[in-house]
Amino acid sequence: MSTPAVHHDPALRIVKRDGIALWKNWLIRLIAVLFALILSGLFIYAVTKMNPLDVYKSMYDGAMGTSRRTWITIRDTMTLLCIGIGLAPAFRMRFWNIGAEGQMLVGGIATAGLMIYLGDSMSTPLMLVVMAVASLIAGAVWGILPALCKARWGTNETLFTLMMNYVAIQLTSYCVALWENPYGSNTVGQINQQTRAGWFPEIFGNSFTLNVAIVLLLTVGMFLYLRYTKQGYEIAVLGESPNTARYAGIKLSKVIVRTMAISGALCGLAGFIAVAGSSHTISTSTAGGRGFTAIIVAWVAKFNTFVMLLISLLLVFLEKGAKEIASQFNLNDFASNIITGIILFCIIASEFFVNYRVVFRRRKEVGPS
Amino acid sequence: MIFLAIVNAVAMRGVTKTFGAVVANHNVDLDIRRGEILSLLGENGSGKTTLMNMLSGIYYPDAGEIFVDGNPVSIRSPKDAFDLGIGMIHQHFKLVDVLTATENIVLGLREKGRLNLKAAADRIRAICDQYGFAVDPDKKVYDMSVSEKQTVEIVKVLYRGANILILDEPTAVLTPQETTRLFAVLRNMKAAGNAIVIITHKLHEVMEISDRVAVLRKGEFIGDVVTAETDPQKLTDMMVGRAVALNINRPEPKERVRRLEIRNLTVRNVYGVKALDDASFDVYGGEILGIAGISGCGQKELLEAIAGLQRVETGSIRYYPDGDGGSATELVGMNPLDIQEAGVALSFVPEDRLGMGLVGAMGMTDNMMLRSYRSGKSAFANRREPRKLAEHVIEQLEVVTPGVNTPVRRLSGGNVQKVLVGREIASSPKVLMTAYAVRGLDINTSYTIYNLLTEQKMQGVAVVFVGEDLDVLLELCDRILVLCGGRVNGIVDGRTATKEEVGLLMTNLRKEEAV
Amino acid sequence: MNLNLQFFISAIAYGTIILYGALGEILTEKSGNLNLGVPGIMYLGGIGGLASAFLYEISTPTPNPVVCLLLSFVCAFVAAALGGLLFSFLTTTLRVNQNVTGLALTTFGGGVANFFGGALNTMAGGVGQISVAVTSGAYRTSLSFSQPVLNLLLGRGFMVYLAVLLAIAMSLFLNRTRRGLNLRAVGENPATADAAGINVTKYKYLSTCLGAGISGLGGLYYTMDYTMGTWGNDAALEALGWLAVALVIFATWKPLNVIWGSYLFGLLTWLYLYIDGLTRSSQELFRMLPYVVTIVVLILISIRKKRENQPPASLGLSYFREER
Repeated sequence: MSTPAVHHDPALRIVKRDGIALWKNWLIRLIAVLFALILSGLFIYAVTKMNPLDVYKSMYDGAMGTSRRTWITIRDTMTLLCIGIGLAPAFRMRFWNIGAEGQMLVGGIATAGLMIYLGDSMSTPLMLVVMAVASLIAGAVWGILPALCKARWGTNETLFTLMMNYVAIQLTSYCVALWENPYGSNTVGQINQQTRAGWFPEIFGNSFTLNVAIVLLLTVGMFLYLRYTKQGYEIAVLGESPNTARYAGIKLSKVIVRTMAISGALCGLAGFIAVAGSSHTISTSTAGGRGFTAIIVAWVAKFNTFVMLLISLLLVFLEKGAKEIASQFNLNDFASNIITGIILFCIIASEFFVNYRVVFRRRKEVGPS
Repeated sequence: MIFLAIVNAVAMRGVTKTFGAVVANHNVDLDIRRGEILSLLGENGSGKTTLMNMLSGIYYPDAGEIFVDGNPVSIRSPKDAFDLGIGMIHQHFKLVDVLTATENIVLGLREKGRLNLKAAADRIRAICDQYGFAVDPDKKVYDMSVSEKQTVEIVKVLYRGANILILDEPTAVLTPQETTRLFAVLRNMKAAGNAIVIITHKLHEVMEISDRVAVLRKGEFIGDVVTAETDPQKLTDMMVGRAVALNINRPEPKERVRRLEIRNLTVRNVYGVKALDDASFDVYGGEILGIAGISGCGQKELLEAIAGLQRVETGSIRYYPDGDGGSATELVGMNPLDIQEAGVALSFVPEDRLGMGLVGAMGMTDNMMLRSYRSGKSAFANRREPRKLAEHVIEQLEVVTPGVNTPVRRLSGGNVQKVLVGREIASSPKVLMTAYAVRGLDINTSYTIYNLLTEQKMQGVAVVFVGEDLDVLLELCDRILVLCGGRVNGIVDGRTATKEEVGLLMTNLRKEEAV
Repeated sequence: MNLNLQFFISAIAYGTIILYGALGEILTEKSGNLNLGVPGIMYLGGIGGLASAFLYEISTPTPNPVVCLLLSFVCAFVAAALGGLLFSFLTTTLRVNQNVTGLALTTFGGGVANFFGGALNTMAGGVGQISVAVTSGAYRTSLSFSQPVLNLLLGRGFMVYLAVLLAIAMSLFLNRTRRGLNLRAVGENPATADAAGINVTKYKYLSTCLGAGISGLGGLYYTMDYTMGTWGNDAALEALGWLAVALVIFATWKPLNVIWGSYLFGLLTWLYLYIDGLTRSSQELFRMLPYVVTIVVLILISIRKKRENQPPASLGLSYFREER
């Protein structure tokens, strides 16, 4: 009994953190981003043999090199951010809305349809309002359907919203074929190219002022909504513990449907911004996977819309930068998807180090022995 | 036999396990021997299950050593435990719902050859015949009753030929007949030279079945005694640390006013079984009504039905805001929000504090507004009042917390309960229901809670106290209602009733002439 | 008659791609891992097979069809399985959210495949389309029958039959073997499986990697047989990947249902070509059918609540033994 036996601890164990200091939390994420930048630099070096430092410079040129490029970067950041903002309330509620792509597309369809059919019949501001409302409603419908089934029968929302994306994509193809212009091109082309009816107007000499204004307003609004309103509180309680929500007299089905209506509506609004505010056309690539990228943006930012702004900017910056390098070296645009993938994996993986800590064998945790 | 050197089947030395800030086990030494039934005794939260989970490979100790048959071992996974012949039957069954009994039993076995479910089923039937169990090997687990599931769990361990058998609160879900049968099996297994541990807090079972008793208190090993050389009183002393003389202050009720009138209440649980069967009783302001019963006898369903969280099959729950003469509000059919909006001053401290009463990830301020956040017309939630309330509760109930915004799940169990009770009392209820309000709390905090409830009673609140410790019920409550199998088996006077009387009502089925 | 036969032939070809995708995903989901990276994984399989075949074919003047076939088959499987390995590492070892990881994998896999696919096209020079004629030919070698129905049923490349055999084998594996039973338990209730001595981590890794490999074969079939050994930078394979995810739900997680489900999806997809009087726009609405049908199935199983038809109970959740 007296001889202590050799203790075979596992070499390392994973322990859940009880909480983490804010600075540490962000330091971990910052390291992840830096690590991702190094990895993507290495990747570019591997395929181009370009000096790694020049890589970053080229990327900067691609994203921010000229005023026009900067504005395109900002425009695309705003669109991505808008979807992320839309997803935030759903994720806060732990409702996996994977359907942003589809919600954005139906919003885009509504916008493009109105642009075509209303033509030049009303003033641009009024037309913008009509289109915005229509896109909000279209997106909300796309969000409400899965929410109703979830509330009523517990239908798996991840799979339902995912399927709704493809219904929306086919619906878009349908509309593209319907509105095709010129005939036989299989595209809608720039809608109202002559009259610019329903296009976002130039404000302060820039076509994207309205994009920025709307999305920044939403950024602040959603932040306040989630943090300070009664509805935001209900969403948080429901997300953390449905049982507690029931106990507190919160009507689960009502909150689920309402929140998904908001979530879908804002994703639909992103479609409005993408169509009326930047591309002025509609196609299946109007969303272009941004609905999926935004899911990761919203999730990684943990419902904080200002953090979403930073992450969106980073992702769009890298995408533009990678495209610049791709065109310099005659590579194809998909290099940017690889780089986006790398950075997403790194940020996602950093989540582990935020939530858990690894204990090595040598570390003794107990004082008296 | 006494002269033979006994090699312990299992020896634990200096075993310590912590979860975050909570010390579940500290420096525990425990011996388990073959041919012996050991009772591991301790109150709720004394670390019995955690300790045994370290033998079955669910948890890994932070410090300490484990020996099996004298050899040092490292049990890193349940597989390691099986290889050492250790089998544990958990309180929460570890069965896969969509699989059959047979599939569950052979799950994870590393036998050679093809999977032959027929042969396995035959072997299961043989084991059942041998010990007198009744299991249909082809029945899916989701179709089984709770006791059937437990039987499958036990057969699973037997099937694997475990020789060190650990049972966690095995009788909690069994009928007396099933308990008798289980004990017979355990005796057979003991006779065959196996080591058996049962985790329990029921003294009469300890006396009936075990050869030796080891006592844990607050995660520490207190000592072990041979059952034949001890008695329930001594064991209780070891368990609670001192003789049970609680001296809870119990003033006489002043004005008893009827608040709730419950008639013929029947509630079915999720499995369609009657959890509450034709229950009728009244609740009065100015007194504490205790509710006693073996766990799972309808306590949870009763409180949740009143709070609007359970679907009521038949019966009525009437609330009298102004006492007997005044108008009444029918609560059946209302949800918690309806109840609140109808002006029913009802507070409820549920059993699952962090899973139902509070939001663990939120701070005290946000938890304070859980039931009041709707007040006011603004779309924005007012956090000034809840914050004040949080600070008030911290001061009044001496809550230990780094701040009002620290997530409450990071507080200790006692402080969590103070937060919850503090909030529920702050809404000045006329009816205050509490479920296992002192479970897992230290003595001091428990007394704080008792005093708070008594204070509420003296202010005319109707307090309903669902408890598990009979000593507490008998010293705290004015009347005690005893539930047995979902039925009201009797209501006794808290001042005159004896422990034996209540115990009898808890375990015996309703006698027609009683009440 | 001929027209209708062509209809069935296209349905079988289309169905076979998603049959592989769905089978792999079933194996993955049975372990409780919801891998939304199926499109990316199928891309990886497709490019893995194509790139290896291409590099082999340009390295030797007389490529041996058997070597072509084996090499591309193995490379496709391994490339896709590596995608599964990445997913497993992130979700099982690092316990990161599965939805997010899967979506990132779809972006990444699609990026890698199209990037290198584009590069191969450039390397091949000329028309900008690579063609691995020998390998593709090997995949498309088939028996030929004069009787049209026989030809329809038996005159396809070997991967069509391999997919069906794989589905049957997987069904037997899941329902009749010890490992299959263990795997189902892991996906239903990992804590229980763990307590029963099953190595949850190992099962999750293996089923996810093998599942990804099988899904990747769908990409291989697509490049070698369906598009006859060429690479086109369109999003067709991505759409097929999502259709495979849909098919898993449609088949209520049962490999045998996937067999007929995949051909049915194929039929539904091409149905518009054989219905008279459709405009080009309304054709697109028809292609919505597989997804709509899947949604209906998803709602129905949630209404009926039949236990055997539910998704694996722990689907999408990470498992951490000491969680409490």
